[in-house]
Amino acid sequence: MQEQRIAYIDLSSGQIRKEPIPGKMRRMYLGGRGIDVYLMYNHIPPRSDPMGPENVLTVSAGLLGGTLAPSSGRCHIGAKSPLTGLIGSSNMGGFFAPELRFAGFDHLVVKGQAEKPVYLWIHDGDIEIRDAAHLRGKDTFETPAVIRRDHRDEDIKVACIGLAGENLVRYANVVGGLKNAAGRTGMGCVMGSKRLKAIAVRGTQGLSISHAKEAMGYLEHILGLLRDSQTMKEFSRLGTPMWHDTSDMVGRVRNRNFQRNQVPDGRSLYAENMLKYSIGMAACFGCPVHCRHKYVVPEGPDKGKYMEGPEWSTLAALTAEVDCRRMETALVGNYLVNKYGVDSLELGSMVSWAIELYEKGIIDDKATDGLKLEWGNEQVLYEMIHRIAKRQGLGDILAEGPRRAIERLGEKSGYYNVHIKGMSCLHTDERPTPSHALGIAVATRGADHLRNRPGMDAHLLPPDEGERLFGFKVPGMTDWEGSGKLIRWHELIYTIPDALGLCKFYPLFMSPSTIGYDDYCKLVNYIAGLEMSPSEMTDIAERICTLERMFNNREGATRKDDTLPERYFVEPTPLGLFGFKDKMIDRERFEGLLDEYYEVHGWDRDGVPTSETLVRLGLDQEPSHTI
Amino acid sequence: MKKMLIVDHTRCTGCRLCEAVCSANKNGAVNPNRAMIAIIKWEQSCIAIPMLCQQCESAPCMAVCPVKALNRDESIGRVVVNYDLCIGCRFCVAVCPFGAMDIDSVTGKIIKCDLCDGEPMCAKFCETGALQYVDAGTANREKRRLAADVLSDLIRKSGVKASVS
Repeated sequence: MQEQRIAYIDLSSGQIRKEPIPGKMRRMYLGGRGIDVYLMYNHIPPRSDPMGPENVLTVSAGLLGGTLAPSSGRCHIGAKSPLTGLIGSSNMGGFFAPELRFAGFDHLVVKGQAEKPVYLWIHDGDIEIRDAAHLRGKDTFETPAVIRRDHRDEDIKVACIGLAGENLVRYANVVGGLKNAAGRTGMGCVMGSKRLKAIAVRGTQGLSISHAKEAMGYLEHILGLLRDSQTMKEFSRLGTPMWHDTSDMVGRVRNRNFQRNQVPDGRSLYAENMLKYSIGMAACFGCPVHCRHKYVVPEGPDKGKYMEGPEWSTLAALTAEVDCRRMETALVGNYLVNKYGVDSLELGSMVSWAIELYEKGIIDDKATDGLKLEWGNEQVLYEMIHRIAKRQGLGDILAEGPRRAIERLGEKSGYYNVHIKGMSCLHTDERPTPSHALGIAVATRGADHLRNRPGMDAHLLPPDEGERLFGFKVPGMTDWEGSGKLIRWHELIYTIPDALGLCKFYPLFMSPSTIGYDDYCKLVNYIAGLEMSPSEMTDIAERICTLERMFNNREGATRKDDTLPERYFVEPTPLGLFGFKDKMIDRERFEGLLDEYYEVHGWDRDGVPTSETLVRLGLDQEPSHTI
Repeated sequence: MKKMLIVDHTRCTGCRLCEAVCSANKNGAVNPNRAMIAIIKWEQSCIAIPMLCQQCESAPCMAVCPVKALNRDESIGRVVVNYDLCIGCRFCVAVCPFGAMDIDSVTGKIIKCDLCDGEPMCAKFCETGALQYVDAGTANREKRRLAADVLSDLIRKSGVKASVS
């Protein structure tokens, strides 16, 4: 690889330093999320205030970002999270990261705090800190438009915050396109706290491909695999909403804040309902899957405006969770959350919590300023989106995220707030699926599925096939045994596309029948000229996972934080197919899974990596301050 | 029979893989700035339009070249630059109505799409078929059929004798 660099930007002093990336770091962490966690561990002082100048925002393109690897558009953004106080880590698609690489940079390390609103202007090796007074208050669509006009270049890519980030909503996100959002853990809030409104980038430099012919041949092979896959065809046509259908049918969808695990008569939310609004599919950089819809907002004050999406998570958060039944609600709501730049999953969860509190009489009209919170009322949902983004009334409390909102609304409210490590649970109900429940309990950034959820077909393999592919007995979707091993297996392999800057979707969420370590080794060799074996790459995966764990432990996380909301343990699922109905998580068995998970990771019973593990992975000298 | 690279912008998802493979194929490096195809976007209106050399029959670039360095190659259906003759006056860049003539940022030479000598990489890797390298004489066939499809659907649903209003 040619000289891609890391830029260290101090917003307090205005100093900017640019450094090359040592080959050793590539061999140990690859890039993207891998080098990102190293930078966080080495530059964020322990116990620092996530909203203060000591916190560091990291922006990372992958080792193979913007190249001939399929779907190479992903960008990783990290910092200490203002929501959880633990590792903040989010990822977005689109075109921002490739452009950053074309401009010569793979990583940005932003520390300090600007005195006045600023934006970063990055172009072909140069970085400037520019005044952003004229961008204040602008939403995530206007901001890039103004920047492009100012610089007279429509091809500038912009990652920015909207009103939610400016207002320090603790789960504000970073938006890099109409809907490309680094959503979870509040990275937009960190940008807001630094008064960093946007990062604008334009690059015209090239990324050399070590073995171009082989790389193109391999790309052709991958495209062939995708073309042959029936699931991929459906995915390319329907997008992620297609997963709502099957999840809802069996009873794995969150409804009315976990009072139900299925939407009764919920067919109106199934993916085919999106098609009448879809005006085509759009893609991220270099992606043949093109999994998001383009549409025109069909009703309401923003009728006629263009938008992309909605992703299944946003769809479910803004409909199933709050028991709204119209697809149109998701289309309108998706526009709003993207415009404001706020995490749809967190927002949906907090709003459904508020509705249940109102339902149960724990908060009243005084708390809601007269707004009658009720299930299935889209006007209430829209109003809450506005109030949260603008921090008005109850919105100001909900904007604080689970822990602080519980403090303000009182102890009784706590039971109903479904969060892990301070980050809200997602749109799926994991009570019937022990391995998935373990997954969200142990994910380093809080309740999250993208770190370790198995591809669906892993659970459906014939037993000996599963054992052959994975090396252990693979649990069925509602089984317990082997869940610890299964989750750790997926945790490891997911770090690889994240470190390479590639999307998890084209291997269909790491389906065992698509691509694996062998393929990633080939890609890294053909494109970056780095030769490594699948076993070396597995070590890299372990190293990344373990360093994330170390970050959290250093911030005070313990085994107690790897747990599930109380509801998972005491309320059985009321609906669903046989096997999914009447299910909850057995506490003792859960602890058993946790033991299994820690053991296969080489961590002790408290979830602390053993010294043997640290030495084996070369982490015993951390923080080592290499970069 | 001559072939042509036909663009159907309604199928373009804006992925820009064409820009990546074009530049990588020519220069061994991915650099959209050096690619001969560009996806022009209006992000706020979800529009993506592939723009490339139209390989004009009566090319303005050919017409203005003072040293006749630009000529048609009928075997592939393209306009090619003869670098032995090109003086780099860049008049072709000024007159091309599609912005298809370019000056390479690294070599300084005039560059244009040469259809990869008969196997255009962009079309090869375009998953949606927005770019297709097809027989020029029947290039409109698919579009005709697609356009007729809506009517044929109505006819099937309402019976042969029904009139469509």
